[in-house]
Parts: sequence; C-alpha cells; structure tokens
Amino acid sequence: MAVHGPLVKIHPVVLASIVDSYERRNEGASRVIGTLLGTADKHSVEVTNCFSVPHNESEDEVAVDMEFAKNMYELHKKVSPSEVIIGWYATGYDITEHSVLIHEYYSREAPNPIHMTVDTALQSNKMNIRAYVSSQMGVPGKTVGVMFTPLTIKYIYYDTERIGVDLLQRTRASPSRTNGLTTDLAQVASAAGRVQEMLSTMLSYIEDVLSGKVMADNSVGRYLMDLVNKVPKITAEDFESMLNSNINDLLMVTYLANLTQAQIALNEKLVVL
Amino acid sequence: HQSSKSVIVLRNEKLCVCVRLQVVLKIIKHYQEEGQGSEVVQGVLLGLVVEDRLEITNCFPFPQHTEDDVDFDEVQYQMEMMRSLRHVNIDHLHVGWYQSTYYGSFVSRALLDSQFSYQHAIEESVVLIYDPIKTAQGSLCLKAYRLTPKLMEICKEKDFSPEGLKKACIGYEHMFEEVPIVIKNSHLINVLLLDLQEKSTVADKHELLNLSSSNHLEKSLQLLMDRMDDMSQDIGKYNTYCRNLSKQQQQKQQYLQRRQQENAQRQSRGEPPLPEEDISKMFKPPQAPARMDTLLIAGTRGVNGRRSPSIKRLFLPAYSTGHWKFIVLCLKESIHELINSAMNGSV
Repeated sequence: MAVHGPLVKIHPVVLASIVDSYERRNEGASRVIGTLLGTADKHSVEVTNCFSVPHNESEDEVAVDMEFAKNMYELHKKVSPSEVIIGWYATGYDITEHSVLIHEYYSREAPNPIHMTVDTALQSNKMNIRAYVSSQMGVPGKTVGVMFTPLTIKYIYYDTERIGVDLLQRTRASPSRTNGLTTDLAQVASAAGRVQEMLSTMLSYIEDVLSGKVMADNSVGRYLMDLVNKVPKITAEDFESMLNSNINDLLMVTYLANLTQAQIALNEKLVVL
Repeated sequence: HQSSKSVIVLRNEKLCVCVRLQVVLKIIKHYQEEGQGSEVVQGVLLGLVVEDRLEITNCFPFPQHTEDDVDFDEVQYQMEMMRSLRHVNIDHLHVGWYQSTYYGSFVSRALLDSQFSYQHAIEESVVLIYDPIKTAQGSLCLKAYRLTPKLMEICKEKDFSPEGLKKACIGYEHMFEEVPIVIKNSHLINVLLLDLQEKSTVADKHELLNLSSSNHLEKSLQLLMDRMDDMSQDIGKYNTYCRNLSKQQQQKQQYLQRRQQENAQRQSRGEPPLPEEDISKMFKPPQAPARMDTLLIAGTRGVNGRRSPSIKRLFLPAYSTGHWKFIVLCLKESIHELINSAMNGSV
C-alpha cells in the first residue's frame, strides 16, 4: 500500500544550519534533533528554516525540551509569520524507536509532519539527505505500527541563494577552506569564460556530427535551430551604434559621479580650513 | 579599482571578518522573504573574536517594525533569542549586526547611532551590508564596515557642531572603514556543498553578462540626485547660519562701541557708567545645524560609486570583435539546454 507523500523542497540554508548544529552538539550526544519550519500546500512542502532543540537520549528513554521548542517557534514567528512547523529533523543514518516517539509529538503540532534525516556520519561516503512521512500499518484493532515512507527531495533556491552557494562552491578548492569575495571584474571574466567554454563544446559537437563521428540527434538539431534563430537580426553598424550610445550614457554618469565627488572633496577642504 | 574606494581609508591590516556559509544564506533568505521592495531588513550577528579575526558563526533576524505592535519589546526578543541559542551551544556573543540596502543608500543617522552603540560596547563589531540587487545581478555583494576611531570620538562627545567637526578634521572619507570578508567553512559543509552540486541541476545564472543595466543605472542616478538635493539644502542652511552669525557679530561690535561711547559721555558728565549688560543674552547665537547629516549624505555619495561593474560589462563586448559575444548573451539558456541534451544524446 504505497502512500504518495508530498514533494519536499529544501532550501540550502536549512541544511547548513543542521550541519552547524551537529558540529556544536553536546559531548556524548550522538545526534541532534530539531524542528523544521516552512510552508505546506497540497502537493508539496517547502522547508525554509529550522532550529535545533536540545534533547537527551539514552538506551531506554528520550527527553526532548518541548518548552524550548515552543519558545523558539514563537520567536521565529515574530519575524516570519507565514512559517509553520512542518516536521522535524535528526542527524544520523537510521530511524530508531525514539524517532517514533518524537514523531508522535510532532504530529500533535503539525498535520502530517515530515521527518528528515541528514547523514552526517557519512556512512555511505556521502551525506544522505532523506525525508519520510509516517503512515499507519499493521492490523487495525490489534498491533498497530508506524512505517516511515520515503519522499522525494528537491533542492530549491532563490536566485540570490543560488549565487551565494555558487560563490561558496569555490571554497572547496582552496586548502584553507577560505575564500575572499572576488572583485567585479574577475567575476565578469569568469562568467564570460564559462559561456565561451559552452560555445566551444557546442562547436566541437557540431563538427563531430558533420564529419559523421556522432549520430545526429533530431532534438539537438531543433535546439540548434532555436539557438540560431534567437539572435536578433541586427547589422553590425546598428549594433555598434547601440552599444556606443549605451557606453556614452554610462560614461556620462561616471563623469557626473566623479564630478560630485570632487566637488564634495573640495567643499570639505574649504570647510575644514 | 574597488567600487567603494572613496570609503576605504584606514583598512586595519590585521582585522578581517570570517563569515560562515549559513550566515550568508540566512541573510539572503531573510531579505528574500521579508524585505521585498525598498524595505530594510535587519538582524543581529553572533560570533566570537579570535586573535585578529572576527568570526561570525550565526545570526538571527529582527522582525519588522509594525505600527500596531507598539508593545513589542526588541530587547526582550533579543534576550530570549540569545538565551535559547545558548542552550544549543551556539555562540551568543553579539558581534555586530546586518542590514540590507537599497542601491547603496544605507548611510543614515540611524545606522551611525546603532553602529556607534555596538562599537562602543564591543570594539571589533561590524555592520554587514548586504545588497540584494547587486547580488541578483550575479555577484554576492556583502560588505563589512566599522566606524573609524575619529568618528567614534566625535560620537562620544556628541559634538556635531561645525567647530567640533573642524577640530577633528573629518571628511566624508574618514567615516567608515571597510573590513575584508573571508568565507570560511568546515569540512562537513564542504561535503554538503559537494552533494548539493551533484543533485541540483539549476542552470547557471549569467546575469553578470547582461548588457541591459539601464534601469539600475537610472535608479542609482535618481538616488544620487536626491542626495544632492538634500545636500544642497543642507549647505544652504549652513550658509545662512554663517551669514547670520557674522551679522550678529557685527551687531555686537556696534552695540559695544555705542556702549563705550555712552560710558565715555557719562563719565565726562560724572554719572556712573551703565552696567555692562549681559550681551550674550541679547544676542543668542543662531543654532549651528548639525553637520553630521551633511557628512552622512556625502558618505552616501562615496559609497554609491558602483559604476564600475556596468562599465566593465559593456567594455567586454566593445573590446572584442563585438558581434559574437552579443549573440552569446542572447543565447545563454539555450546553450545550457543544448549542452545537456547533447551530453545525454551522445552517451
């Protein structure tokens, strides 16, 4: 009996917070749990924020600080009133019995809560991020159990988030794990370089097809047609004149800005004298 | 050729700010969700000071000020937040605050006051300015500023009169200093980033190469003009003040002279001289307008110098043989789809 749960969309800020709270966990705690906040609609759930909740876990019992969770939720609601509790997360690979208890608590707070696990112990050499929703199973009237069914996860970004994450991808490369924010010119240059690479890949593919090395694919051909047709039909002179007038505007504004700057500097000198 | 070079004067060589990934993401998210339009979003930065670095490890946002929420206590909110965060081992030391900006117009009296109170309490605190519009154009724009020591002194004495500022020789360049930001991540975060990159297939945004920056240019210019208007008004006020002051000095002199003459006459007649009246009570000096606002406005102009990226964008196509790069700009998304399908097709 398959239960098709909602699609789970996660923002990277949530994952970053989870990893951070895992790194700051108390001595002796093997995992961290916390609440997920976000918005839910009929077919999907979007997780936009989270906070960790202190808890104690031992062999037989688990204690979660509920007061704390409530307080934090109230505080968060003041900033973003549209976020509601939609589930909870835990680090670690497996789902234990304690998870069931915690899940039960959360089902009192939110309808159909999502449970998310983040594998920070890197058991399979990768950080596995999974989401589950619980469903009843078993024979009704007798022993009833709870089954966690997995859901599909999609990462969703705001545009600006995307740019932030892209920038931070570069920290992976540097050995000291640090990265300064690059200057504008360098970024424009790198963006132009990327587009150039793409074009050269495209050209080599086209040459391969023409010389018969690779089978021609119709859909690719259609994309190519779209590509070529998208170039607006402007003659070189028109383009140059447009570009030049644009540059002139920009230069004029720069000149004005520098003029005001010089004026203000002069003013300062005069006043101070 | 930094875009804000007129603000960087004293860059403290030793001090730099280390920011973690989640702080950046939280700030971005806060603006995105709660600050659409020209509203400003603010929040508090938490972290600690390590040797010569200021590490910012977490942050939380401030709710917006609404008129119907008069009894909302900011301080209480902050205290509760910090107490709660302490339970989960998050650094609960205030090290600064952040604010979003609209086209660079963030230099205001409120900012100055807040930053002064923060810096007074904690010496290394900074204000992080996040510019969402520039970030949406392709490059993450996050800058950290502190007040220069000179400005701190002036704020301490609250002496904003022209004489006070003259004494301290403060120009608009010496108000803020920029602190370089470095992003530092742990290994686990790197694993996360690796994972995200594999899983997500969103196309690269090539907004950086977009040629049509004219509406941004317009808005920046508009703001600049507004600032110039404010500034000229202020300068006008200052000039009238100077004129009034000099007129008053003249009047004082004339009065004193008349007094002396009268006294001389009375003495010659043997009568007691008129008492020296308290002249200062008669001529109350006109109010010296606070020059701080003028400086602030000038500071805005200094920080508002974001012409350079637009120029560089335009010069790229101009300096190349022109046409083909223009084509490329029209086709960025199509190229991506094409590459993807080519890769899939050729496998």
